[in-house]
Amino acid sequence: MSTRPIAVAPKETTRDVKFDESMEARVADVLGRYPTTRAALLPVLWLCQERYGWISPGVIRAVADRLGESPAFVEGVVSFYTMYYTSPPARYVLQVCTTLSCDLCGGRELVEHLRGKLGIGFGERTPDGEFQLVGVQCLGACGNAPVIQINDDYYEDLTPSKLDAVLEDLKGRR
Amino acid sequence: MEAVLLRARGVSGSRSLATYLAAGGYEGWRKALGMTPEAVIKEVLDSELRGRGGAGFPTGRKWSFVPKDHPGPRYLVCNADESEPGTFKDREIIEHDPHQVIEGVAIASYAIKAKTAYIYIRGEFVRWTRILEEAIAEARAQGLVGRNVLGSGFDLDIWVHRGAGAYICGEETALIESLEGKRGFPRLKPPFPAVVGVFGKPTVVNNVETLACVPHIMTRGAAWFASIGRPRNTGPKLFCVSGHVNRPGVYELPLGVTFREIIEEHCGGVRGGRKLKAFFPGGSSAPILTAAEVDVKADFDACAEAKTMLGSGGVIVLDDSVDMVEVARNVAHFYAHESCGQCTPCREGSDWCADILDRLGEGHGRAADPDTLLRICRFSSEGMTICPLGDAYALPISSIVNKFKAEFERRIEGGSAPPQKKLPVLPWAGPRPGFGI
Repeated sequence: MSTRPIAVAPKETTRDVKFDESMEARVADVLGRYPTTRAALLPVLWLCQERYGWISPGVIRAVADRLGESPAFVEGVVSFYTMYYTSPPARYVLQVCTTLSCDLCGGRELVEHLRGKLGIGFGERTPDGEFQLVGVQCLGACGNAPVIQINDDYYEDLTPSKLDAVLEDLKGRR
Repeated sequence: MEAVLLRARGVSGSRSLATYLAAGGYEGWRKALGMTPEAVIKEVLDSELRGRGGAGFPTGRKWSFVPKDHPGPRYLVCNADESEPGTFKDREIIEHDPHQVIEGVAIASYAIKAKTAYIYIRGEFVRWTRILEEAIAEARAQGLVGRNVLGSGFDLDIWVHRGAGAYICGEETALIESLEGKRGFPRLKPPFPAVVGVFGKPTVVNNVETLACVPHIMTRGAAWFASIGRPRNTGPKLFCVSGHVNRPGVYELPLGVTFREIIEEHCGGVRGGRKLKAFFPGGSSAPILTAAEVDVKADFDACAEAKTMLGSGGVIVLDDSVDMVEVARNVAHFYAHESCGQCTPCREGSDWCADILDRLGEGHGRAADPDTLLRICRFSSEGMTICPLGDAYALPISSIVNKFKAEFERRIEGGSAPPQKKLPVLPWAGPRPGFGI
């Protein structure tokens, strides 16, 4: 699998966000799918997260402006869902499933292994900004437990040694 | 039985339109377009297909609730927000056979006269979002979707809409709110979505697996579908088996097989030669069944008789090494995290259950804890909340406490450490919201 690292846009571009032509075109394409402007909110936030790496206050203002919503409304939606990053993420976000089937089938061991190997626990990141560890709820791949989602990709049927190989492969990739 | 929904699994290139067409794909769609929408609904009614998302409501009846005289527009929504712990069947269908879903979406849209359909997929499923989008583009290029489908004069657009991480959005009214660009707060019913749904218009929300059954009903007939399973519980069903079995995975079996057959014959029995202790029959929202109940039939009515539910068909198997306090604790933490926060019994109750179970798990349990858990659960179930999430945590937790009370009592007696001021959090799953990340 070729998991892409998350590239976070430079700080100044996330403080005052201006959609360029290609972004505007993508927003227009999304708007065409729905009878209301508001319905485009989740898809537009996804476009922004892809582009800027996270949902910064500047992104919230820009999205609110573009869709005719208040920043408070947009922020309310952003904070309801777990997948929008409200701070800049590490290059690889390790989302470990902590729900029942993964718990029963080795999820805890993976977390312990990561704690030992990377020196980080849930909510923490490595000092080099490579990896960030997050505990998540059911990823819907219980038959292949334990499961970790790294950025957009699922890694299933993991063991500590398989996970080592995955991390080795990701590290330093541009 | 012959594979129906999973017939493409293991076939190379199974996702492509060419492969799907070669296997008779979109024949059901062609046939439906030659019928009246009413006749399509009648066929699905006769098949006795019941919703595969969890509630088991008859699909044809759901479609028939859309008001006939409504000027429109109407919407069809395919629920691919598969999030119930223990459930991973919709992903399997999309992975191997996305066109089967799209054909089902098309036929259902025609039956309720919807010109726009949305597939709401959980945000984590990035790969499967792409698979669906590619398949829709293929179908559109062949005139199977889009303007004037196959020269019939019927227009249909299908869009994939990605969620962003919220279990509650699998509940149909929360899904509708989310699709409208809002927080996923369930709505009070009535009005039901068939009358007032997405964008205030009549809407039918069906699960991926439900819609995947529809093309087969159209091509092979309602009678064929109804001949599988047993009366009122008809058709093939995908069972997702996870936990302590030798061969976890998705199995396609007729409704009405027993859980013993599923676990022992199809999944090769409990792992490591251990004994079965208990299992969730239909995702972690379903009340737990013990090893003594393994001969219950896996269908909607038999599960209801056993005071549980078939739910989404997610069978989570627990062997005799499992500590039931820890199981209840894990389940409680899931729902405490996923409660949307609208209704007090669910928001507070799920949190309190998690706190009490943390206390028990850490050896600080009190004699009254099991009864306190049961009382909290009673106040959160059977209509005390807007949506069924209140029941979804209350019923499994109370079933675990009731069926394994001795384990809770042993844990309380064995506890010796003095109670802490600050309650601990599930040590390996990290802090819960409100405790700061």
